[in-house]
Amino acid sequence: MTSPVGPSSGNLPARRRMGAVLHVIFLAATLAGVVLLAILLADVLEHGIPWLRWSFLTSFPSRFPQQAGIKAALWGTIWLIGLTALFSIPVGLGAAIYLEEYARRNWFNTLIEINIANLAGTPSIVYGMLGLSLFVRWMALGRSVLAGALTMSLLILPVTIIASRESLRAVPDSLRQAAFALGATRWQTIRAHVLPAALPGILTGLILALSRAIGETAPLIMIGALTYVAFTPSGPMDAFTALPIQIFNWASRPQREFYGLAAAGILVLLGVLLTMNAAAIWIRYRSQRNVRW
Amino acid sequence: MFLCALLSVVTTAEIIWVLARETWSFFRQVPVFSFLFGTRWTPLFQPPSFGVLPLVCGTALVVVGAALVAIPLGLGSGIFLSEYASDRLRGILKPVLEVLAGIPTVVYGYFALTFVTPLLVRLFPATQVFNAASGAVVVGVMILPMIASLCDDALRAVPQSLRHAGYALGATRFEVATHVVLPGALSGVLASFVLALSRAIGETMAVTLAAGATPKLTLNPLESIQTMTAYIVQVSLGDTPAGGIPYLTIYAVGMLLFVITMGLNLLANRILRRFHEVYE
Repeated sequence: MTSPVGPSSGNLPARRRMGAVLHVIFLAATLAGVVLLAILLADVLEHGIPWLRWSFLTSFPSRFPQQAGIKAALWGTIWLIGLTALFSIPVGLGAAIYLEEYARRNWFNTLIEINIANLAGTPSIVYGMLGLSLFVRWMALGRSVLAGALTMSLLILPVTIIASRESLRAVPDSLRQAAFALGATRWQTIRAHVLPAALPGILTGLILALSRAIGETAPLIMIGALTYVAFTPSGPMDAFTALPIQIFNWASRPQREFYGLAAAGILVLLGVLLTMNAAAIWIRYRSQRNVRW
Repeated sequence: MFLCALLSVVTTAEIIWVLARETWSFFRQVPVFSFLFGTRWTPLFQPPSFGVLPLVCGTALVVVGAALVAIPLGLGSGIFLSEYASDRLRGILKPVLEVLAGIPTVVYGYFALTFVTPLLVRLFPATQVFNAASGAVVVGVMILPMIASLCDDALRAVPQSLRHAGYALGATRFEVATHVVLPGALSGVLASFVLALSRAIGETMAVTLAAGATPKLTLNPLESIQTMTAYIVQVSLGDTPAGGIPYLTIYAVGMLLFVITMGLNLLANRILRRFHEVYE
């Protein structure tokens, strides 16, 4: 153990000066993040605003920048996220309830926990390869919205489980014991007391997990979401494109005009994400107002 | 509900099975040794060569650069948030970091191309249009909030009584932060670095857009390189027929990627368990 006072002990003014300097350095490090965010937003706004018109939202992609739009990508993203929510919410919630309310501590449940932590850290492109082999080829779903949504569901599953578990754990045990004391079964306790109490936290976690899925690009490229789509999906088996893919496509072109389109697409994407984040923060804020324990 | 939890294990098993099966058929045609230690990666040209080292080197270049950006800034932010910031300031800064963490990676890729690279070209005229440094900077920015937030959590878990003991011995605030709190939270801080590096290795879109598509063994960050992830994207964007060797290479590279990140994740887990200081 090092001694708590440094080599300059005894010289208090010098140590105080050192402390003040380091205070400023730590503050600067923190502000660096804020400044970077500001620069990023300013950069995107500057390039994107001139391209952001109503027709941008209602046109299909085109090789002429003036006529290009994100209609197909926007609808593709809506389909993709809707289906992903449909698959991932029940499964994620079920797994969280099992692990938090039912599971005993044994080697198998420990294995599941370590495994979930590891899955949360697995690169998204690896999920893309899994989706390509499993859903696109083996289950023969083709390069459809359904295959994309299933891949995305697996990708955000660890995040939904971890977030839901944290909210369930925050519900005090006294609530469960009160229900048990009144003769409720385990499931009655969970359904009528634990879940309602944990719901705001769970919703927040689910929204944040889904907003991660909206921004993911690599797995969709892997399973072969198209970059040029001039129609909107009309069913789960249709081919599709999505906002981040369209942005990637435009940003990887050499012509300068397409950078502006990419920036405008980013503005739409960030707008969707910020709305979802705001909703999550609002739910968290509302639920903190009427906490009962 | 048990089945839902089981699905996560099944997912891991399937990832390993899918990657292993295709990697196996790849290694039946290309020796393992020449894959792992070969220094030329030209699987799409004639004559093909399958040495993965240039891709690993490109990835390492980006990851080291990202760590140089993110570790000092992230640790500094973590210390500031936990030891210096008032509750009100924290309430503002934390959501900002969360927003920074929630920005999609393709946006960072765009940012690298249109902002960071022109800046680098002005500073170092030798910079190529696609270069490792630009990718490294934005990947660093991307993992910064993760390090800051995890360090903040770890530092705040150190009990207040230790800080008070430090002050009682006459230490200044800075000395308490660096000599008492930081050593006490070392396991969490180190684990956050390892997790962030694992994230940087798996990062795909930003490096695909910014770092180029030229696999080569170089230590010059201003040159165009290719990372493992960018190679996988490049192949899957083209029309490579399924079953051919070029198609199998992405699974071999993906397997390597998965093994490396899983190793790092488990390492972080071990650091947390092994060196965790237990406070009463």
